[in-house]
Amino acid sequence: MADTIRVELNGKEREVCAGLTVRGLLDTLNLEPGLVVVERNREILARARYHEVAVREGDRLEFVHFVGGGA
Amino acid sequence: MGPEPNELLAIGGEEFHSRLIVGTGKYANPEVMVEAIRESGAEMVTVAVRRVDLDRSEGILQVLDPTEFFLLANTAGCFTADDAVRYARLARAAGFNEWIKLEVIGDVETLMPDTQATIEAARVLVGEGFKVMAYTNDDLVTALRLEDAGCVSVMPLASPIGSGLGLVNPYFIREIKRRLVVPVIVDAGVGTASDACLTMEQGVDGILMNTALAGADYPVAMARAMRFAVHAGRLAFMAGRMPAREIAIPTSPTRGMLG
Repeated sequence: MADTIRVELNGKEREVCAGLTVRGLLDTLNLEPGLVVVERNREILARARYHEVAVREGDRLEFVHFVGGGA
Repeated sequence: MGPEPNELLAIGGEEFHSRLIVGTGKYANPEVMVEAIRESGAEMVTVAVRRVDLDRSEGILQVLDPTEFFLLANTAGCFTADDAVRYARLARAAGFNEWIKLEVIGDVETLMPDTQATIEAARVLVGEGFKVMAYTNDDLVTALRLEDAGCVSVMPLASPIGSGLGLVNPYFIREIKRRLVVPVIVDAGVGTASDACLTMEQGVDGILMNTALAGADYPVAMARAMRFAVHAGRLAFMAGRMPAREIAIPTSPTRGMLG
């Protein structure tokens, strides 16, 4: 059993593998990094840094993308 | 020499062939949406920023080609200036452009804008280099303040979002158009082709609509109707309509009638 850490992802508590980068977490969720914007502890994370920023215990992460909408 | 039928719409340093901007919400399925948008002739399309549904990732860019359309992200659903600024920053981080359709809603029931918060958010976003197109009501003073704040376009409503009530205040829409230098795009409330045509006949620069297409029985057919209506309304405005008179004036000669 790999170690896990607890994070808040899109408003919900979630256990994820310890030692993942943001990119790694996106991959485990089958999300396309090029289409997802990541906010980490209320700060937007540059896409170029997804592969180097580690997900840490207690991080509050928001994964957002574009959906259909008008006004 | 008459008006140029294919004049471009210039906003914030970009030029668009279509004066119709369309939303991407509320369609029965993605295929109809894409077909309707293509049929409408719109180049600029609005999208919303939302959390990824981790159980089923269904972003719009899986169906809408961002190289085919100019994406205009909105801050729909935001009720404070801070939230709108946050959503705008997230939208820009998606990496397509620095444009944002700013809306800050003030009332849940009517979706009328919080104009004070909209002006506040506009100032912040313009300061951060965004090209802001600001949704607002039909109040002239707010429109002037939004222009002063540096918005590239001001977008007064025709009537409430999703209502389809058409243009309820043509006089103030004309006033806003007359007083502003930046393009005026009427946003929300258009229900059918005659609404779109009448709105364009007020002289505004364009229209943004969503439910009028998505909520029609046949969105693709309505998209085609709207394309013609926006074009017809623009041409009619440029052509300069005849004065309306409450008396009849014969069109055929009154002389030469048989005795």
